[in-house]
Amino acid sequence: MSVLAELQLRVNGVEHDLTIDTRTSLLDLLREHLDLTGPKKGCDHGQCGACTILIDGRRANACLALAVAHSGAEITTVEGLAGGGDSGDLHPLQQAFIEHDAFQCGYCTPGQLCSAAGMLAEFEQGWPSAVTPVNGQIELTPAEIRERMSGNLCRCGAYANIVPAIAQASE
Amino acid sequence: MRPFRYERAADAEEAVALITAEPEAKFLGGGTNLVDLMRLGVNAPGTLIDVTRLAGHDRIEETAGGGLRIGAAVTNSDLAADPRVRERYPVLAQAVLNGASGQLRNLATVGGNLLQRTRCAYFQDITKPCNKRSPGSGCPAREGDHHNLAIIGHSRHCVATHPSDMAVALAALDATVHVRGPSGERAIPIPGFHRLPGDEPEKDTVLDPNELITMVELAPRAHATRQRYRKVRERRSFAFALVSIAAVVEFEGQTAADVCVALGGVAHVPWRATIAEDLLRGGPIDESTLTRAAEAELVKAEPLRDNGYKVELARRLIVRTLLDLVEADT
Repeated sequence: MSVLAELQLRVNGVEHDLTIDTRTSLLDLLREHLDLTGPKKGCDHGQCGACTILIDGRRANACLALAVAHSGAEITTVEGLAGGGDSGDLHPLQQAFIEHDAFQCGYCTPGQLCSAAGMLAEFEQGWPSAVTPVNGQIELTPAEIRERMSGNLCRCGAYANIVPAIAQASE
Repeated sequence: MRPFRYERAADAEEAVALITAEPEAKFLGGGTNLVDLMRLGVNAPGTLIDVTRLAGHDRIEETAGGGLRIGAAVTNSDLAADPRVRERYPVLAQAVLNGASGQLRNLATVGGNLLQRTRCAYFQDITKPCNKRSPGSGCPAREGDHHNLAIIGHSRHCVATHPSDMAVALAALDATVHVRGPSGERAIPIPGFHRLPGDEPEKDTVLDPNELITMVELAPRAHATRQRYRKVRERRSFAFALVSIAAVVEFEGQTAADVCVALGGVAHVPWRATIAEDLLRGGPIDESTLTRAAEAELVKAEPLRDNGYKVELARRLIVRTLLDLVEADT
């Protein structure tokens, strides 16, 4: 038995009208229904960040987001990060990750990239973090990047290259 | 996961009417805890009533006199980024930013944060007994893995802790939770919103089953107030507190005109250190008065086999955090 619901989503610029089981997470919807396998299922509990996507421009764990609760949203996955199309152009974060060798197995990378894109937008808007000084200007120091990216785990331990890659892309 | 119906309420009145009509329904906020618990089999609601888009619930508004009303659907991220919160209630912004991760804070709501469940491993594992999940089945944590569970205010039925950072700051700020139920609205002070486990550990709060959190209200703060949130955990970020502290102190010179201290990670509730507060209020704050106050507060602690370290940690956090506030410029 299942309960079906209708929803509309705009994913990487493409409109979708869908009928799905209410239990479907955004992650499963993207991977199993729309064949967008960039977002990865690591833990399925919101603890690893491999499934990170942008919902209306904000980064979120797709595994804990019920698709039906986000009807009407604009979704960006790693596939759409560079603006879509087949031009082959990379997003500055993708280019920086390559230049800094910011991955080993690559499984966490789509989540790292989407999370970093969302994080840089948050920083641009002046959002503080747990390591931001109470007074004064916020600078995107390595400590700020590490704190703001703590929701993305990398089992290969590529953090030492991920941090400078994100710093470069932010310039 | 059990199949469920999904309803989206337009306003608080409709949300309460929907849940009152559906005995197996639950409210859905950002889902960062509830969806996980449904996946684990801990919760199996027949209907989810989405309360993230209720009219007016995504706003933070001024109250007369300079307080704030925070809608229950405001995300943790928006709360911590709000300039008024950062300026007047920095302890609250710091606490929220010390919880979870950037992407979880973008989903999680204020109402959901208050109602999140314990992360006790036995509560989350449906193959194990747990009095909170299945009343009367027993508490394996008492003799099992309890290194991060309660040291004070627990019962033989339950040694769980409340996991929220935000609630610890709200307790120190004497915030008020506004709720709406089938018989109308009421206001509940946050120290007192969560409850100790006693012999009913299945009840985390004093909320009635069909009541909806509509907003959290912060009273105006005195100008000379200094505030700080500090959290000790097993890794530097994205981990629950072993012990945390929210301190709000109003100084007159070196003297504390008012002191509010709440501890996280030590109890089934954000623990207001009222014994320590009473000893410190109106007197000088220095290492010896702080040590005496912290020790008096923790006299009632009853650590379990593997969490005695939390008593010393809590004592040191109280002393160090308040000393830092004495030395701080603002």
